[in-house]
Amino acid sequence: MHARDARAKIVALLLYLTAVSIAPVSSHTAFYAYAALLAAALGIARLPLIPVLRRVLVLLPFVATFALITWLSGQPVRALAILEKSLLSGLAALVLVATTPINDLLRGLESLAVPRALILVAQFLYRYLFVISEQGQHMRMAARARGSGFHSAAGAVGVLFARSWERADGIYQAMLARGFTGRFAALSAARFGWLDAAFLALTAAAIVGIRLAL
Amino acid sequence: MNVVQVRGLRYKYPDGTQALDGIDFDLAEGECVALLGANGSGKTTFVLHLNGLLEGQGSIEICGMPLNRRTAAAIRTKIGLVFQEADEQLFMPTVLEDVAFGPLNLGLSHEQALARARKALEQVAMGSVMHKAPYHLSAGEKRRVALAGVLAMDPQVLVLDEPTTSLDPPAQRDLIRLLRALPQAKLLVTHDLAFAEALASRAVFFDHGRVAGQGAVRQIVAQFDWTSNA
Repeated sequence: MHARDARAKIVALLLYLTAVSIAPVSSHTAFYAYAALLAAALGIARLPLIPVLRRVLVLLPFVATFALITWLSGQPVRALAILEKSLLSGLAALVLVATTPINDLLRGLESLAVPRALILVAQFLYRYLFVISEQGQHMRMAARARGSGFHSAAGAVGVLFARSWERADGIYQAMLARGFTGRFAALSAARFGWLDAAFLALTAAAIVGIRLAL
Repeated sequence: MNVVQVRGLRYKYPDGTQALDGIDFDLAEGECVALLGANGSGKTTFVLHLNGLLEGQGSIEICGMPLNRRTAAAIRTKIGLVFQEADEQLFMPTVLEDVAFGPLNLGLSHEQALARARKALEQVAMGSVMHKAPYHLSAGEKRRVALAGVLAMDPQVLVLDEPTTSLDPPAQRDLIRLLRALPQAKLLVTHDLAFAEALASRAVFFDHGRVAGQGAVRQIVAQFDWTSNA
């Protein structure tokens, strides 16, 4: 799973999400089959079950709210389906993210014609998230060293924003200084090998098969 | 021949501060000059003019080419600017991609850009970290990689803004050795006098956006009482 081309995994995920979302709400066997497919993916990728499930549970408050409303309006079957569809979809997305390094994932999305601007934003976000959160931690530590608690938090967030803004300026200048003209040249094109094709074909067959059979 | 020639450069910040107030400056081929002066005396503002990142009044010639909007792109390949904040300079996901960023912008093919990036990383002895994320490097390593990113563009002039900041003494020593071995003309913006003295044959002293004096590093240090010895 980890070694497969990001594009194969992204397309497989899209297929899976589509299949799960258009599955008839009353067809529980189909949901079991889709769940089994995911379980197989988890097993093949050797992902630790408990942490993955714990992450999916982040979705629960949102999903449960909608399910509860649906239940109360007298559609218990649909409510259950909402729960199942959302959790399966979340789990599937997690499998993709957990088995694909972020850079490969973004590159895969890029070559699948996701707008470049979005990719760049995600790339920069990932790159500077750590730098900015570290800066935030330093500021918090400095505030605490001077005996400050929460009352200055709003101001600190403002300063952090201003600093990030300045940093963005600095980064842009550094890019210009090295000849940036507004277009990122992609460096390495990933290879879509026959193993990737086989992976995609098998996953697609399983998903479509479940859809047709159940 | 002068690789950098600046005449009467003036620049006012949008808030009205006169940051540069008539700067004349020359840098000869292969020469290494230290730019000294107080915080806020206009040193960084000055170097940002050298490749057109800031535009003031006056004339700037780089390798005989007058700097203007049309030549800025070409001049950015001649002047390699290493920024004070290495984190701002290293923005690509991996070290190798970051160093290849400049060559790719020059229009080189992927193979050529990668070859140049590898060579530049070898030059700064950072070949072993090329697949790492810049975030995971130490301050000294970041500085070296930032320098490699500039060397990969094969510039004729290196401009380094506060290159020794946050480097431990061995890393500073390594940087001095590394810079000594590079043939390009160099302009070092620095507060680090030992560093300036080890490398620069001449110092230029900035004060309130003007050149207040120039000469041998030792002489300038004495003239402006520019020492931290209490």
